[in-house]
Amino acid sequence: MLKIEKRREPSQAMVYITPFIAIALTIICGFLLFAIMGKDPFRATSLIFFEPVTSLYNISELLVKASPLILIALGLSMGFRAGVWNIGAEGQFTIGAVTGSAVALAFYEMEGFYILPLMCLAGILGGMLWAAIPAFLRTKFNTNEILVSLMLVYVANLLLSVLVHGPLRDPDGMNFPESRLFSDSALLPLLMEDGRAHIGFLVALVFVGLALFIQERHMLGFQIKVTGQAARAAQYAGFSSKKMVWVSFMISGGLAGLAGTFEAAGPVGQLVPTLPAGYGFTAIIVAFLGRLNPIGIMLGGLLIAITYIGGETAQIALTLPSATTSVFQGMLLFFLLATDILINYRIKWFGFFKPVAKGK
Amino acid sequence: MKLRKIFSWTGVALSAIMALNNTAQAEDKLKVGFVYVAPIGDHGYTFQHDVGKKAVEAEFGDKVETTYVENVPEGPDAERVIRQLAQGGYDLIFTTSFGFMNPTIKVAKKFPKVKFEHATGFKRAKNVSTYNIRFYEGRYVVGKMAGRMTKTNTIGYIASFPIPEVIRGINAAYLGAKSVNPDIKFKIVWVSTWFDPGKEADATKALRDQGADVIMQHTDSAAPIKIAEQEGVKAVGQASDMIAVGPNAQMTALVDNWAPYYIARTKAAMDGTWKSEDTWGGLASGMLTMAPYNKNLPAEVVAEAKATEEDIKSGKIHVFQGPLVKQDGTVVVKEGEMPDDGMLAGMNFYVQGLEASLPN
Repeated sequence: MLKIEKRREPSQAMVYITPFIAIALTIICGFLLFAIMGKDPFRATSLIFFEPVTSLYNISELLVKASPLILIALGLSMGFRAGVWNIGAEGQFTIGAVTGSAVALAFYEMEGFYILPLMCLAGILGGMLWAAIPAFLRTKFNTNEILVSLMLVYVANLLLSVLVHGPLRDPDGMNFPESRLFSDSALLPLLMEDGRAHIGFLVALVFVGLALFIQERHMLGFQIKVTGQAARAAQYAGFSSKKMVWVSFMISGGLAGLAGTFEAAGPVGQLVPTLPAGYGFTAIIVAFLGRLNPIGIMLGGLLIAITYIGGETAQIALTLPSATTSVFQGMLLFFLLATDILINYRIKWFGFFKPVAKGK
Repeated sequence: MKLRKIFSWTGVALSAIMALNNTAQAEDKLKVGFVYVAPIGDHGYTFQHDVGKKAVEAEFGDKVETTYVENVPEGPDAERVIRQLAQGGYDLIFTTSFGFMNPTIKVAKKFPKVKFEHATGFKRAKNVSTYNIRFYEGRYVVGKMAGRMTKTNTIGYIASFPIPEVIRGINAAYLGAKSVNPDIKFKIVWVSTWFDPGKEADATKALRDQGADVIMQHTDSAAPIKIAEQEGVKAVGQASDMIAVGPNAQMTALVDNWAPYYIARTKAAMDGTWKSEDTWGGLASGMLTMAPYNKNLPAEVVAEAKATEEDIKSGKIHVFQGPLVKQDGTVVVKEGEMPDDGMLAGMNFYVQGLEASLPN
């Protein structure tokens, strides 16, 4: 017989083990799913989980996909730890892409080492500016930052659409809503010759280290933790909750904006209306998949990237529907949340014939 | 760079594994891949491309092997999907949406032996052809029908984006309507989407409020026809025959018929006669067909539509033959002259008589 029993103390080991249990359960269920669909389950599962790491190009694509997820999730995790809920990273990503691209287009057909840094700066500021709106409204009028930041995603999308139909449109593009292709000085350096992986991944790694430092060793990390776990204790300690809101939004907005600029200057190489591909929302999953821990976020970002790329490969090789990828990501998140119970509870096994102790 | 070294070593190790995976798949089948922007189940644009894919399978049987990837966003992911097909040994790859243009060109550069076909774009290369349908011919025909059927002399037009393709359609429909009804007026609503049943339904209602009693659309959902059916007015099907949704409302539909083109290009690739071309087929080529005219229409309207179809097919008339005059009175094509395709491809003006102004 199975029995669920509360642990005296949350299990630290389970915090790290449960993501792997979730992955294992996802693979098992995926296996069954493919078997039911009449596809070779061994082949399908290996295509989704292993194919993405079996060639240099696929690994480079993995990094292309993981970089923005990691960058954005790192920023979000700061706020989430402090209990500040920025759900609109997608919008800050979009505005960052717009401002970074605007700089790239202003320096069209010019050369110079300073163009890329300027673009990055513009991207970060753009993201911060967009994040400042919910931060301001929250601290000034106590509005709900979840709603405001989320709604601003749609505003950002429309703004992007207006700009690529108007001022930022390619003059030689027959009125199609796209910008010019960036000139070489405005493109991110690549990590390898054959592939789209760019320097943004290294930047993301640097930020992983930085976030780890802030979280473990810096006063700000401590303030964030206390504010999130015991708001009143933080108040007594003299930590300003308004400051926390601003810090959270500026960090997450800035990083999302930077990721947006990287996306335009990296794999795409121009500003297109379809640039926001949902990274800002997926990063929320990544942040929680990684337990709001920088190293965890890095691994989580890579894992989600694997399911995206593997899902596409499986689609091509086995003509699976495109929903396959979504189903896999959904299962992963579901099992992750479900296995969370193991942190605070343990499952006890009683033998069939052993009588369960009655009463207390 | 150290990272690069690590990658290349992993690459060597892993390509060995890959070699094991891909053992002996040498066949002389032609592998044909399709990249779709929407799910096949959209019953419009993408659905029709898939009908074309199935026709290729039916025509060549086991001499071809086909696959498709559906629901590919026109953003940063498109390049990877196209590249995965090229890398997976596909010989002929059809990318079926405008937003795939730059990604297709980029991938084609790296895979000079693979043949690419991009729908609706304007950039070509040695191994990249473009193809499109002269939808405007059909729009002229339905314009005439609308001009005859309207009682309020007002036609409602739901437009997506102000690109030449869409503007050409509006002009063609207007010229057709005007040729049979000099008092005709066009009301145009821009919805900034290709597919959004909710928005398209709202636009239809807005046009009804402005007195339109024939609805035309350059968007892909069946929502406008559904509303037209409810309101008892006329409409025109888009991309596929939508008679099931509007048994009374649909006068006819512009049906995209990619099958003859896909079959011809697959055959050319097999024979070794494939070369980079720009194909723009209309009614005469069979790439555009009119769905059966609704039986509830007056016989003389149907007869006129059929005669117009024949005249366009035989080349007796050209939709944009001279005199073609812009809104501001500038003559674009002189009386008795024929327009060239370059002008049509980049059309970014309304013809004289249309009372709206182009959004910018």
